[in-house]
Amino acid sequence: MTREMVCIVCPMGCRLTVTATEDDTGLSVIGNQCKRGEAYAIEEMTNPTRMLPTTMVIRGGLLKRLPVRTEKPIPKELIFEAMKKIDDVIVEAPIKRGEVVISNLLGTGVNVIASRSMKHI
Amino acid sequence: MTQYDIVVIGGGPAGLAAAVEARKQGVHSILVIERDRELGGILQQCIHNGFGLRVFNEELTGPEYAERFIDELETMGIEYLLDTMVLEITKERQIIISNAAKGIQVIKAKAVILAMGCRERTRGALAIPGYRPAGVFNAGTAQRYINVEGYMVGKRVVILGSGDIGLIMARRMTLEGAQVLAVAEIMPFSGGLTRNIVQCLDDYNIPLMLSHTITAIKGRDRVEGVVIQKVDHKMQPIPGTEIEYKCDTILLSVGLIPENELSRKAGIAIDSVTNGPVVDSNMETTAPGIFACGNVVHVHDLVDFVTEESRHAGNAAAKYVLADACTDHKGMVICTKAETGVGYIVPQQINVDSIEEKVALFMRVRNVYHNASLSVKLGGVEIKRVRHRHLAPGEMARIDVDKKLFEGMQAEMTVSVVLEEGKA
Amino acid sequence: MYDIAIIGAGVIGSAVARELSRYALNIVILERGNDVAVGTTKANSAIVHAGYDAPATSLKGKMNVKGNAMYDEVCKALDVPFKRVGSLVVAQNDEEVETLESLLENGKVLGVPGLEILSGDTVRMREPNLNKAIKAALYAPTAGIVEPWELAIAYCENAMDNGATLKLNFEVTGIDRKTNGFEIHSKDETVSASTVINAAGIYADAVYSMVTTSHFKIKPRRGQYYLLDKEANGLVNHVIFPCPSKLGKGILVAPTIDGNVLVGPDSQDLTPFDKEATNTTGDRLQYIRETAAAICEVVPYKLNITTFAGLRAEPSTGDFIIEESTEVKNFINVAGIKSPGLSSAPAIAERVVSIYLDINPETAANPTFNPIRRPRVKFADMTIEAKQAVIEKDPRYGRIICRCEMISEGEIIDAIHRNAGGRTLNGIKRRVRPGAGRCQGGFCGPRVMEILTRELSLKMTDIKQEGLESYILTGKTKRGDKDDAI
Repeated sequence: MTREMVCIVCPMGCRLTVTATEDDTGLSVIGNQCKRGEAYAIEEMTNPTRMLPTTMVIRGGLLKRLPVRTEKPIPKELIFEAMKKIDDVIVEAPIKRGEVVISNLLGTGVNVIASRSMKHI
Repeated sequence: MTQYDIVVIGGGPAGLAAAVEARKQGVHSILVIERDRELGGILQQCIHNGFGLRVFNEELTGPEYAERFIDELETMGIEYLLDTMVLEITKERQIIISNAAKGIQVIKAKAVILAMGCRERTRGALAIPGYRPAGVFNAGTAQRYINVEGYMVGKRVVILGSGDIGLIMARRMTLEGAQVLAVAEIMPFSGGLTRNIVQCLDDYNIPLMLSHTITAIKGRDRVEGVVIQKVDHKMQPIPGTEIEYKCDTILLSVGLIPENELSRKAGIAIDSVTNGPVVDSNMETTAPGIFACGNVVHVHDLVDFVTEESRHAGNAAAKYVLADACTDHKGMVICTKAETGVGYIVPQQINVDSIEEKVALFMRVRNVYHNASLSVKLGGVEIKRVRHRHLAPGEMARIDVDKKLFEGMQAEMTVSVVLEEGKA
Repeated sequence: MYDIAIIGAGVIGSAVARELSRYALNIVILERGNDVAVGTTKANSAIVHAGYDAPATSLKGKMNVKGNAMYDEVCKALDVPFKRVGSLVVAQNDEEVETLESLLENGKVLGVPGLEILSGDTVRMREPNLNKAIKAALYAPTAGIVEPWELAIAYCENAMDNGATLKLNFEVTGIDRKTNGFEIHSKDETVSASTVINAAGIYADAVYSMVTTSHFKIKPRRGQYYLLDKEANGLVNHVIFPCPSKLGKGILVAPTIDGNVLVGPDSQDLTPFDKEATNTTGDRLQYIRETAAAICEVVPYKLNITTFAGLRAEPSTGDFIIEESTEVKNFINVAGIKSPGLSSAPAIAERVVSIYLDINPETAANPTFNPIRRPRVKFADMTIEAKQAVIEKDPRYGRIICRCEMISEGEIIDAIHRNAGGRTLNGIKRRVRPGAGRCQGGFCGPRVMEILTRELSLKMTDIKQEGLESYILTGKTKRGDKDDAI
């Protein structure tokens, strides 16, 4: 099994090729110009994760939407499910930056937090 | 007439950083003027992460990054006005503002810091042919509708331009349930960051069509489709390569233009390449006591650089005010000039006397280069060479030049791209 | 039962309505668009021609010279900015110089005041950005510039102030002749009127065909334009024409009343089936740039803020058609009003009134007629003191919504609530210009939408850019947001 990808660790944009080793116990990376590239490629192959920044409905604030994000990256394949979950939750102003608005999102152990404060008006 | 030591025009990242820094340097009478209903500028709608790695050493979203500065500004008790438009600035640093609360006010400042940011290039600037239906949005306008107002702008989307806002919006609209069909980019390379291409397009299987552009917009009332065509090396559409997409929305991410109508009216010299004021190494414009920083000077790709530049401007404006000399004498000045492969350099002038140790030159190259060097010359003689594994127009380059390399020498400073031997 | 139904609320229909509102008549204006002035009126050269070029015997020629002379008074009463900047027809060679002389002669016969042929040097002194090769120019001091849609909106508003009714989104689908007049149908409504005035622009032939076999056909002739930012202001000081050809007056370079620069139009005959083809095309825009370069090589196209196309109503008869139908009594055609239609509009309206009065000599005057349209606040152009005064009365004038054109919230609110008021983003743009500037609404669009929703009790998703199908937003983000009030 072989996969091509572009490294995003730095602006170089190295084209990486990741191949399963012959005994199928590990992965080999070529095309990278540094160690961080190798680590990125293996992470992308074994457990790709992404931060999820989005918005939520807020009532009683200056705006109708509150920007929120996951506290840590979550598994990539959960992104759309996570969006659905976040879509259905409504929060009330006032709210503080960093406040947890959804805890343990989809059982990942990762919280969703407010990415700004919003006063009640 | 109200009087302030420093008036900052614009409460986005540039204005906030400049105001906070000026206060840290000991200036107490500062006013920040913001046209929107809250501080933070465009960061408030940039809800994605990726900000702050340089300045805070952590990865923040736009609103988080803004709020850190807003908190600092509030704690320091710096005055600001919201929902207030600056109508005019004069060379004598008189500022005319308007708002609903107090009507017209005239404010006098010892120093002014221009931090108005930039605006998006529009469809008209490109003269894209076709009908003029609803559904053609600048990417930043769509971002405001979606992230701040909470409304979707469309269901099937084609994006023109692969600048970072376009890429970010491709992901954002996808997450909110829209189908993004393609991103067309007229250049043979993307103007956006690689990480954005990977995380915003590749992750969602959105094709990036390099050397392609929109050649017709269909639909009389609302967008019904677009025609995308491949372009040749002169960027002219190649007949026979037309592909039509059925879509209801077109987002344009085709460049940003520094917002300098106020500067122009004040008679400040504007660089025709950056579209921003000509500045010296103190970020002072050609009008004494009027400083500028952030995207109003030149468009940055990282807010962290905006912050650094704006702190520098805030610091210089504070010195200008505190010296109380308000002198127009700049001492010895070295001009900078972009040469082969380099599009522009900011600052355009270096005032040697006020440099402490080194001067930072910011520039953009004209093309994508691998394993090339940036060569700094003074009067034609190379004084510094910096090797880069990767240079691209989408990523601003910076070179720090030690004062001792140019002190006492009155000559032009140039920067050019030098390719490794044997490579073109 | 209305006395008069006017079909079409372009500049002609609106002008006719206003002039007829001087009489005690029950008038209805039927407009197929979602606003007034959305056909040919919104996309043309925005010029009040001096009137030297149409044949001296033609109705066009007569109406143009007469209409031009009426402009000062009309624009003053209706508070519409109008400037007589003068025009120059430039000649590049001896043959064209001869054309100038024949234009001058023709103009004299028609009574165009002040015409004069200037030498190349004089032209270059007055217009330093024109090409060096220019040999001479015909100068017409009475030529002027005006926003055509602003004039149409003002005419319509004043007609309504004086009692006329406006029905938007009323696309006439059929007209029945009755013993005492006409029944005019749209897909959801029918109105009755004793007299019909057909000012349906490029559809005037189709409308006339609803009552009899039309003896004229209207062909759409498309013209495309570039509109440059105000930063280009001063590129030219007069309206600059090349020498005219069979296709029309040629591609001009002109200042607009708002301080922009207009370049265009080309001239392209479309088929009768292309009456909606207001799209621009890459090849024609390129042609305009190449052709305009013969007059001015230094047009700064990088300052372009928009391109657009308009359809002129080219009549098969070659001249304006302004007459009561010989076949159908009380049916007045005002058709084939191509260029110089805008220039002629005040005179055409007057002529239609006299036709109506000839048919209905008993018509009484409207005792409450007021020719004056309430002036609108033009914040950007006012002195600081005047700005302060208007904000003191209404603080909403202090809140600037459009930074490119410096338009205040107060001006937008006023434009919404006037008669023939703006209800769409483009409608507001035409009336007070937010979104007409260099950012093209990128900044003010969401704010204007908010004001429209508040003032008209609409939802954000109800707001249209132009026509009923031109929705801007497709819905809310977040399924969780069930609040229908916003």
